[in-house]
Amino acid sequence: MSHNMAWRGLWPWLCAASVALSLLLLGLLLALLLSRGLGHFWPAPLEAVTLTSGETFAGEAIREAKLPDQPGHERLYFIGNRDSSEHDPHGARFRWINLETIAQRDTSARLVRLSRSPWGDFIGRLEALEQGGQRLEGDAAWQALSQALAQPENTRPDAQLMLQPLNGDAFMQPLEEVYRASRPNAMTWLAKVRYWGTGVGQFLSQGPRAANTGGGVWPAIFGTVVMVIVMSVIVMPFGVLAAIYLNEIAEQNRFTRLVRIGVRNLAGVPSIVYGVFGLGAFVYGIGSTLDEWFFSARLPSPTFGTGGLLWASLTLALLTLPVVIVATEEGLARIPDAQREGAVALGATRLETLTRVVLPMAAPAMLTALILAVARAAGEVAPLMLVGVAKLAPQVPIDATFPYLHLERKFMHLGYHIFDTAFHGDSMQAAIPLVYATALLLVLIVLVLNLTAIFLRHYLRRKRGQPC
Amino acid sequence: MLDADMTDTEKTPAVRFAPEHCSLGIERLSLAYAGKPALNELTLQIPRHRITAFIGPSGCGKSTLLRALNRLHDLNPEVTRRGRITFEGEDIHAANTHVAELRRRVGMVFQAPNPFPMSIYENVAFGLRLQKRLKKRQRDDVIEWALRAAALWDEVKDDLHASAWQLSGGQQQRLVIARTLAVKPDILLLDEPASALDPISTLKIEELMGNLKHQLTLVLVTHNMQQAARVSDYTAFIDDGRLIEYGTTDDIFTNPRLQRTENYITGRMN
Repeated sequence: MSHNMAWRGLWPWLCAASVALSLLLLGLLLALLLSRGLGHFWPAPLEAVTLTSGETFAGEAIREAKLPDQPGHERLYFIGNRDSSEHDPHGARFRWINLETIAQRDTSARLVRLSRSPWGDFIGRLEALEQGGQRLEGDAAWQALSQALAQPENTRPDAQLMLQPLNGDAFMQPLEEVYRASRPNAMTWLAKVRYWGTGVGQFLSQGPRAANTGGGVWPAIFGTVVMVIVMSVIVMPFGVLAAIYLNEIAEQNRFTRLVRIGVRNLAGVPSIVYGVFGLGAFVYGIGSTLDEWFFSARLPSPTFGTGGLLWASLTLALLTLPVVIVATEEGLARIPDAQREGAVALGATRLETLTRVVLPMAAPAMLTALILAVARAAGEVAPLMLVGVAKLAPQVPIDATFPYLHLERKFMHLGYHIFDTAFHGDSMQAAIPLVYATALLLVLIVLVLNLTAIFLRHYLRRKRGQPC
Repeated sequence: MLDADMTDTEKTPAVRFAPEHCSLGIERLSLAYAGKPALNELTLQIPRHRITAFIGPSGCGKSTLLRALNRLHDLNPEVTRRGRITFEGEDIHAANTHVAELRRRVGMVFQAPNPFPMSIYENVAFGLRLQKRLKKRQRDDVIEWALRAAALWDEVKDDLHASAWQLSGGQQQRLVIARTLAVKPDILLLDEPASALDPISTLKIEELMGNLKHQLTLVLVTHNMQQAARVSDYTAFIDDGRLIEYGTTDDIFTNPRLQRTENYITGRMN
């Protein structure tokens, strides 16, 4: 009895607690993505470190950890400079340093960090800038470099930089390979914010560099959005027509119930199964046939007979079709029969009733269906790996050459980009911040697509005076 | 007493009208939902430009009968029918009947107001847009006429483009009547049009019916004895899918021929 009494008072709190826990976890996820994703672009201070062994190097302190077997701590430094002689033979751009072996740390204002295209970041000193036989040294060289980088990429002067790593030999670096330079230790707070802003801007607007460990993700954003839009264009008509048939036209008997159960269960099929089907049916089946008929001149190199935007969109359309059918059908079922009868009693035919009363009323449900489909499709990676996503496809699928929308092209996708940078890059440490940033972006894109649909739905309901 | 009742049911006391006064004729109509009978050999004539009320207990088949008159049962494939319904002398189930046109001419107002989720204007224009194309001026005129005929014009004329779902229940029901009137029907079927409304709205709808009978034929299904007595010219008492008694409203309410009818209208049934 007393147990019962306790339960009676407690159960609302248990329900509330589960909501609170879910919200808390979601909040944590977002906070983590936000801080790590956006923090990546903040210009971190650089240190010139002298070890007790006499060795010196320059780097960015990433984090500290306990030493594995003994007391004391070690610190992870990003040192970059893959091409210089100080670089160790393992090809790592990160270095763990035992704190006790550090003799001196110095945050010299003259330490520069250059983002370069083939070799990744350089950290060290800029000795000189040579341009057309002229040689600028020290601060003058830095001024000239900043001015050169402020210009658009194709109008920059043809110059050589003389770079000095702290523990290696100086070497010459062509200016054209450098796309960003900073002296974070000399920056004011405002300059750091501005640098952070341009960093985020470049991340969003540029293509990846240095084997996806640097640069931006613009092609992946573009690919994701275009793929989702093409998918929506394919899936919505089919899904809505199927839902109309099931709810408005078909006689409600055991067979329609069976079809309905089947559709609902299709939504639970693992996405990789759809991927395999897409590969077999669309890419190898339809794609190869299309190649034989229309693109035989280009064989044996395939046009549609390989993964591409069209096949990826079709596969995801198939994957999201059950979601669209179910959500639309629920919307149609919610419309009271009185509305249909009202239209029919005014002399409307079945088609007129459908197009003038039923479908407009079901529009919010269709938008809900679209939201669910987009959210599902934008985050899906597994099937895409089989039917058209690429590690690097700087050519976006829409451009100025006919036919403008290139459905046969391979494309980049944010979800796959996360997978690729996280697990297929050469350096785990370098990938972590990029993965956070890309994941944040993917979440934001899904959020923006969803918000658009939600506002549209809200607007439609408001227009009719329906409660929202 | 019981014996007398039974024998009287065999030969139903019912008024009959000359063909030229008869708008709708129902002949031996039987109707069943998925094999379950709802109407049984019902024969009834509805006079033109009068208000005819169907009364009877819940589930007696009066709404089913009303919905048969504009073939609304076609929407439900489980309904089976025997017998004939004629509209202006023509069989409404004949192969060459244009069902949409029949439903335009035999308009219907339902128990719960069912305005479409559009503006007031668009609701009234809905039926018009299904017909031949009217110029905007002409359409506006018809809409104003219909809203005036439904005694709603003065309340909504300033905001015709407001959503119809923001009107009160009584206004919504008058809007639905206006919507039906706009397509110029010959008959208006009203299925308990005031049952969901407050007394003042009910009074307005009843006044409206009295005005409308000069233009068209009205058939009213109601649960409300007083309402039937107040507004209708003829009353048919239906029970268990059969016509029990049909006569002028005065006769039915003041001088019913059958004990069963009297029991029902005085509230002594069951």
